[in-house]
Amino acid sequence: MNPMSSRSSANDSQSNDSQVNDSQVVARGVAAPTRPFYWSVRRELWEYRSLYIAPLAVAALFLFGFMISTIHLPEKMRAVAMLSPMQQQELISEPYDFAAMLIMGVAFLVAIFYSLDALHGERRDRSILFWKSLPVSDFTAVLSKAGIPLVVLPLLAFTVTVALQWMMLLLSSLVLLGNGGSVATLWRNLPLIQMWSMMLFHLIAVHSLYYAPIYGWLLLVSAWARRAPFLWASLPLIAIAVVERIAFNTWHFATLLQSRVVGGDSDAGNLTAPGSNMAHSPTLLDLGQFLASPGLWIGLIVAAAFLFAAVRLRRSQGPI
Amino acid sequence: MTCIEARGLRKTFGSTVALDGINLQVQEGRILGLIGPNGAGKTTALNAILGLTDYEGQLRVLGRDPWTERDQLMRDVCFISDVAVLPRWIKVSQTLDYVAGVHPRFDRAKAEGFLAKTSVGSTRKVRELSKGMIAQLHLALVMAIDARLLVLDEPTLGLDILYRKQFYDSLLNDYFDRRRTILVTTHQVEEIQNVLTDVMFIDRGRIVFECSMDGLESRYREVTVRPEQLAAARALSPMNERQVLGRSIMLFDSKSTNAGADQLAALGDVRTPSIVDLFVAVIGSRAAYAQGAPQ
Repeated sequence: MNPMSSRSSANDSQSNDSQVNDSQVVARGVAAPTRPFYWSVRRELWEYRSLYIAPLAVAALFLFGFMISTIHLPEKMRAVAMLSPMQQQELISEPYDFAAMLIMGVAFLVAIFYSLDALHGERRDRSILFWKSLPVSDFTAVLSKAGIPLVVLPLLAFTVTVALQWMMLLLSSLVLLGNGGSVATLWRNLPLIQMWSMMLFHLIAVHSLYYAPIYGWLLLVSAWARRAPFLWASLPLIAIAVVERIAFNTWHFATLLQSRVVGGDSDAGNLTAPGSNMAHSPTLLDLGQFLASPGLWIGLIVAAAFLFAAVRLRRSQGPI
Repeated sequence: MTCIEARGLRKTFGSTVALDGINLQVQEGRILGLIGPNGAGKTTALNAILGLTDYEGQLRVLGRDPWTERDQLMRDVCFISDVAVLPRWIKVSQTLDYVAGVHPRFDRAKAEGFLAKTSVGSTRKVRELSKGMIAQLHLALVMAIDARLLVLDEPTLGLDILYRKQFYDSLLNDYFDRRRTILVTTHQVEEIQNVLTDVMFIDRGRIVFECSMDGLESRYREVTVRPEQLAAARALSPMNERQVLGRSIMLFDSKSTNAGADQLAALGDVRTPSIVDLFVAVIGSRAAYAQGAPQ
């Protein structure tokens, strides 16, 4: 029972006010732990505008090129009609797959450069002293920075790709209709929902989970290096591979790195390779195979260790 | 209530001793000036208090360990380290958004009120602002936070005299309410002389002098000694003697000299020394000692 209801009517407005205040206080109390994280992520987007400008710019350029290519679309569709259904689908969905791969590639590139600068830039411009003067823990700060390549960029790449593919389809349909043709072949051969679910799965599985140790390593170097984080991130890895090659005449470490970047054939199967066919939709078997692969879990543990080390480093590091 | 309490606070960088076992107690409601020559350990001491560096010894700020609880501590502590720490890419409105988002004690309307009195436009980026305007922005942000301890490390470095004056004026008029504690370091000692309630000198990692401003006024006397009284004055064992325009100016500590007030008055013109005079007397004599000491 509401304790306010026992009060006299003269106090009604007052009690309503205090109720409103109470609920605001409660809402603030509940939301409090997540707000520093939320605002820290927004802060990253303010600072690194290239995070969304780069994929959008590439998408715009791609759309421009695609627009020019639609001049030949009507004749292409007539030629396609002669082919077998398999070849039809391959030919029609090809530019759409290419668009998805391009945007994802750009997002990966942006993620690499972001991660290398995220904990280095704030020390370089001394702003770390400002961030540290606020009640945001180093854990929250590092986690919000890790959240950019792990969550924000994959979602952004997905959204931009979906929008781009929609516009490509719309543009093609308008051109075909304007030429008195039919859009049936085009639409029939574009399993968009399937492509999108496949892409989303690929982004989460590969760009988030499988690449996590890569971003963790880059963030760690960015928290540690006083200058040239790119060199510190790459040269030690090359050095290890070279020493291994000279000492034992093997390439295990290099193979390990390569399989991590290209998706790997043993751990996560073709499914996680960036070049895998987008039109192939994920099945439960693929998902189970992916989740059961030790490479995924070892990678996640390594990523967590890198991020933990980055948190410790950020705590003791000042401006450079 | 004690705001800052340190016992045996020590910090070394390799073989360099930055803090050499500092004992410190700052009560709430004080404005303490921490003054020392370059490399004396001021910034290291502040960094330890703010949880920016680890240390040996005991340190409690508002009852917390700054090194392990920095994020909790920063709800009650604000600091301005120097004018150049606001990120240059950020917009003025974004600084307000961000601080409002992460700080439970930030009053956005108050900050906007402070900014309205300045020429800092909310759509401008920090890189477009002058040094003085950046300091105004940072001060507006900090003054809108209901904190219990404010730490200022060279807050007016590189600002022109008008901004410096305004900075301390607004701090005193709009912020300080005798419940908050302010800890400030600066080289421009003259400008904060009237702001402080307490002063502390630090030299080579040690606190070499501490006194309240009231204590300073009642305890120390500076006498411009008449030439004929020179020998008599020196017999009263002054802390320090210096020559200005051919006249000797001596500094007396009423606790270590047996001379009474009327005795000092007989020697020449008596006045209360400034912090600078005391600083020169205390640190200067130590420096002279260090130079003369065999290596």
